Amino acid sequence: MTHRVETAERPKARVPRPRRGERTERARLSEGKRAERRLGWLLCAPAALVMVAVTGYPIVYSIWLSLQRFDLKFPDEREFVGLDNYVTVLSNGYWWTAFAVTFLITVITVAIELVLGMALALVMHRTIVGRGLIRTSVLIPYGIVTVVAAFSWRYAWTPGTGYLTKLTGAEAPLTERISSLAIIILAEVWKTTPFMALLLLAGLALVPADLLKAAAMDGAGAWQRFTKVMLPVMKPAILVALLFRTLDAFRIFDNIYILTQGANNTSSVSMLTYNNLFRGLNLGIGSTMSVLVFITVAILAFIFIKLFGTAAPGSTEEGRR
Amino acid sequence: MTRRWLSLPLATALLVPLVAACGSDSGGVPVINLYYSTEQNLSTVIEDCNRQAAGRYRIVYNVLPRAADEQRVQMVRRLAAEDSSMDVLGLDVTWTQEFAGAKWIREWTGENAAQVENGTLAGPLETARYEGKLYAAPKNTNVQLLWYRRDLVQQPPTTWAEMMEQARQLRAQGKPFRIITMGAQYEGLVVLFNNLVVSAGGHILNDDWTRAELDSGAVRALQVLQEFASSGLTSPSFTNLIEDPARLEFQAGSGAFHLNWPFVYPAIQQAAPDLARNVGWARYPGIDPGRPSRVTIGGYNLAVSAFSKHPDLAFDAALCLRNEEHQKFSAINDGVPPTIARLYDDPEIAEAYPMKDDILAELQDAAVRPLTPAYQNVSTVLSASLSPPQSIRPEQTANELRKSIQDALESKGVLP
Repeated sequence: MTHRVETAERPKARVPRPRRGERTERARLSEGKRAERRLGWLLCAPAALVMVAVTGYPIVYSIWLSLQRFDLKFPDEREFVGLDNYVTVLSNGYWWTAFAVTFLITVITVAIELVLGMALALVMHRTIVGRGLIRTSVLIPYGIVTVVAAFSWRYAWTPGTGYLTKLTGAEAPLTERISSLAIIILAEVWKTTPFMALLLLAGLALVPADLLKAAAMDGAGAWQRFTKVMLPVMKPAILVALLFRTLDAFRIFDNIYILTQGANNTSSVSMLTYNNLFRGLNLGIGSTMSVLVFITVAILAFIFIKLFGTAAPGSTEEGRR
Repeated sequence: MTRRWLSLPLATALLVPLVAACGSDSGGVPVINLYYSTEQNLSTVIEDCNRQAAGRYRIVYNVLPRAADEQRVQMVRRLAAEDSSMDVLGLDVTWTQEFAGAKWIREWTGENAAQVENGTLAGPLETARYEGKLYAAPKNTNVQLLWYRRDLVQQPPTTWAEMMEQARQLRAQGKPFRIITMGAQYEGLVVLFNNLVVSAGGHILNDDWTRAELDSGAVRALQVLQEFASSGLTSPSFTNLIEDPARLEFQAGSGAFHLNWPFVYPAIQQAAPDLARNVGWARYPGIDPGRPSRVTIGGYNLAVSAFSKHPDLAFDAALCLRNEEHQKFSAINDGVPPTIARLYDDPEIAEAYPMKDDILAELQDAAVRPLTPAYQNVSTVLSASLSPPQSIRPEQTANELRKSIQDALESKGVLP
């Protein structure tokens, strides 16, 4: 993205006085091509402006808030405190507990979702009879509002009234840490596996049937075809699916909010941010936390894109469209 | 180049309707928007006030969610955005100082203040003050009582030690013995702790509500709470109990004692009439023999938003909603004890509240929760540190609390 923005901007600015050196090649772009680029830039300008307005401004504003002591309860005591809030949050036990919980939930849910999602994708890919029906029913959990689903999980696990407590003989599992986390993970997996399956299904469609047939001719078994042919071809799709889900899972909020309200040390970082921002009305500390969540998510995205080479499927090599 | 600027009006066009939707005001009779939690018969009171206003204003009832936390969050979000469409706010007693500190509600002065102060019980009135000024009008109050089974207990206990001893004896005799009350990690646990601290003559904060104190009385309260929670005399699900489930458990018959708000009385009468015949009540137990308990007051105050467009009418409307006649109506029909002292002598109130003498006795020297704008922080820190109560280590917990509550007061620390 940034790449293209540069090439589109520079020639325009340089037209009056072209310079020598490596840039002459760009300056040599034909008039038509330049007009085309400018049009392209103009076409995406409205979207870019809206993006800046709705995402850029809040991000900058919350960074600014995070550098202040700013509590709505004490409006007169607002002052600039530099990085004090970051010191407070990063040296706090609640923050690191929540961070560990979030990390744990992210790793476990994404791992389970990948395996289950792959299985579901294969099923959806292979079925011939009732294809539409199967695809639709797989997607139902993803279509249900998370809060609604979380409520039904909560009632199902409530002692006395819940069918799952009766079924498993568990006694108030939502009042203990380990069982609460297990239920949160279960709810997350149930909810988002279809999304994973959908992304992987798109990847499966990229695997040429000829390739699989050729491998079968050469004597590759089903498992070998899966690991040696399908997985390598699907790698971009898998990485994109993992990237999306990891970033999403790290911001987990609604399931925890409904299921435990963060009791028994089950808060995620988003839950903790909400508690400080909305319940505590502490804009300084709350914004510090949201900036930290933002940074963490950015680091995760960086790792996926730069180290694992994640890219949109079909645009893995540079220059390809 | 002009085409680029087309996007700006476009974006504005997308955003404007959202903003404009908030500001509309129909002409004619000024509308006073009341934000109050669910109270079944409040609309009858509102209709009556609207009739009495005779066209000066019209109150519109905006029902807030049932859960206290959600009520607060909803109002806070609007007030932080200086929403001018809120006029009269129903505040839990513990939010009054917070809203006043944030300059979201107006001070009551002159004739209005005099009308509120006249005849209102001292305890509820104290919850409506901040820095010596009156910021709200107490609409209803509440105190917990000790409910007990008269068929099991001859003489209701006056201290926690006595109550636990009686429960032990009942357990030895194989009779229902449990002492059922709320112990989940929420405001209810803070109320229980506050009852114990103030009854023991201790302090959570200093008298100006500016510094964490946790004196020897507070340590004493921590001991009692820890002892009670680990005695095996309470419900097995104590650490997960909130008001209504606690009532249900007492009603189901395993409890000999029950500490809860007065709403349980009509509820048990309706749901378990046989058991209800044997339910007696007494003052909440204290800590030391000979020193009566001091019990935390709950209830709701009415405040006028600082952003209201009709503040004078809003004060009038609030006064009408909490006047003697309407408090009496709400007390009888919605089970919310009145804040006007004289009403406790009213025969109709006496009929609806057979326990009114005990309520009044507790109200006369009631305990308030810390009256600080940072109460929500203090409460969150308290309930997190006290939960689960059986793992309290009195001295150590008090030391930890002294530090974390001080941080909470200064809005320095992180809330759990």
